[in-house]
Amino acid sequence: MSEGTLYDEVWDRHKVTTLPTGQDQLFIGLHLIHEVTSPQAFGMLRERDLQVAYPELTHATVDHIVPTADQSRPYSDDAAEEMMAELEANVREAGIDFSDPASGDQGIVHVVGPEQGLTQPGKTIVCGDSHTSTHGAFGALAFGIGTSQIRDVLATGTVAMEKQQVRKIEVTGELGEGVEAKDVILEIIRQLGTEGGVGYVYEYAGEAIENLSMEGRMSICNMSIEGGARAGYVNPDETTYEWLEATDYFQANPERFEELKPYWESIRSDETATYDDVVTIDGSSLEPVVTWGTTPAQGVGISEPIPSPDDLPADKQETARRAQEHMRVEPGETMEGYEIDVAFLGSCTNARLPDLRRAAAIVEGREVHPDVRAMVVPGSQRVQRAAEDEGLKAIFEDAGFEWRNAGCSMCLGMNEDQLEGDEACASSSNRNFIGRQGSKDGRTILMNPQMVAAAALEGSVTDVRDLKEVTTV
Amino acid sequence: MTTDEIPAVESVSGTGVPIRGNDIDTDQIIPARFMKVVTFDGLGEFAFFDLRFDENDDPKAHPFNDERFQGASVLAVNANFGCGSSREHAPQALLRWGIDAIIGESFAEIFAGNCLALGIPTVTADSETVETIQEWVEANPDDEIDVDVAAETVTYGGTTADVTVDDAQRKALVDGVWDTTALMKANAGEVQKTAASLPYVEDGERA
Ligand code: SF4
Repeated sequence: MSEGTLYDEVWDRHKVTTLPTGQDQLFIGLHLIHEVTSPQAFGMLRERDLQVAYPELTHATVDHIVPTADQSRPYSDDAAEEMMAELEANVREAGIDFSDPASGDQGIVHVVGPEQGLTQPGKTIVCGDSHTSTHGAFGALAFGIGTSQIRDVLATGTVAMEKQQVRKIEVTGELGEGVEAKDVILEIIRQLGTEGGVGYVYEYAGEAIENLSMEGRMSICNMSIEGGARAGYVNPDETTYEWLEATDYFQANPERFEELKPYWESIRSDETATYDDVVTIDGSSLEPVVTWGTTPAQGVGISEPIPSPDDLPADKQETARRAQEHMRVEPGETMEGYEIDVAFLGSCTNARLPDLRRAAAIVEGREVHPDVRAMVVPGSQRVQRAAEDEGLKAIFEDAGFEWRNAGCSMCLGMNEDQLEGDEACASSSNRNFIGRQGSKDGRTILMNPQMVAAAALEGSVTDVRDLKEVTTV
Repeated sequence: MTTDEIPAVESVSGTGVPIRGNDIDTDQIIPARFMKVVTFDGLGEFAFFDLRFDENDDPKAHPFNDERFQGASVLAVNANFGCGSSREHAPQALLRWGIDAIIGESFAEIFAGNCLALGIPTVTADSETVETIQEWVEANPDDEIDVDVAAETVTYGGTTADVTVDDAQRKALVDGVWDTTALMKANAGEVQKTAASLPYVEDGERA
């Protein structure tokens, strides 16, 4: 078992007791809730006449069903309206803070927590959403939970869990031009597989990780779950502290920052920590990665050929064959030139301000391909406002992108933003499962935001590095 | 249910209801369209909905519609019951219809786990035993069956049959440690102490 890692430290500090079931009871420092997975849990609480134990440590937002175009109430989709109304009633009754659209702070739960300073190193953070792993970027222990566990956390402020193993993933070297955090995590998942992380928590370390911004670290931790790991984290450092210090919360409470910093320092993995497994990846050899298939592990470097299913391990061959049929790609070809119909810049993986900035730098002064429907869906209302203020909205709109309101949108097609028929979508999101973007015949190609911008302009999957050279000439 | 004490489920007694057929999946137990709801309340009336009602919502012949089985609490099923989607809505719908224990040839793992979280035992027996029980229930809809989780037996009429209960499930039910909410709620004092020891949890912010 691991020893002396951040995971061990945070676990020990939050462990209440060992339960008769053999699981540990773990105190939860921040419970994030949204409209899709919380209502049943509140229902169960009501049924048992229980109260929310720690409303002050609970925070709500609305993201999955929220329309990103017309947000006037009642929402045109009755089911969406009902879910929203239910959440409003629940948070009002329990006294839980709610970043609703009227507050100007609404957004995707995994964008909202960090930007409001709620996500902090050394906290245990849960949400009824698998991408809760995102918050590990700050050195928090963060994981997604199911409905019965949401009920447990609401009622007791704790969850029952078994401790997992820790795998250190060391990414060495410097990332090249056009290569981002997204490419690093796609490469990790490609190498370790979608189930490679089952039973593990991932610790991301190494020069390439340390040099990333907080947003980049969030993109990586976000997709831990796509590699089967329920949680992933980066040890907090000066980058983390600077980011936190700039949040409203710590701007308003500078003394809290000073008080908490020693704790944050204390939970970092020791130099001498023991890991259950260590994997090293050479970051300097990476190029932009795009997916050719229907799992996030089915990726290739932009200049690399799509693999032949016959060359893959026996248990991957059948899924690869079916994926290639669905995507209509041929082994031996590269993904470059693969025609797209839609470009989606959004989701909790890649819709924060720096993501939009990098994409805007590619788009500026150019035009979206006439056959492409392109949209930007900022991760939160705060991101949206900041982007509007610095002129990004204008750049995107001038190029022919639609500029939407914050939400999950086409990441999962639970609102009106969906693929139609067999449309192909260059997407900055995290899942390319069949049907994920709202159409069972839809095709999703995952990539970093600059690459989405490049694909939108060219009408096909494009190596953004070539495009950069062209624009600078 | 009280919140401080988890009821130990040593045995369940009640009249029975048989549902025949292998591989009855959770989509049949609760069709997906009934999941667009905000609570599990009221899910009971939608249990087996598409098998119980035709397209005009007129009732079809189904044990859950049968007068004789109203009020039953012990469900007798065949093999691989509860397969398919992991939705917790399925056992919730059965519980809310009135089911407190299920006897079957076999159960899908996630379904059995979801049942346990609600305190519903899922006990298994060979197909002959299960069929005999199903026939007996049909002939004796007003008589009680006793499912003894601790002893791993089912008693009906004058007969006692051996059944199997998964070890972990038996321990959780018999020792009364299946309900994690109640289990953890009982440690509220300890939880408070852990909270107080954490520098980021501010004093005076406790509910
Ligand atoms: S943006 Fe996508 S992945 Fe993220 S929380 Fe929303 S639906 Fe889930």
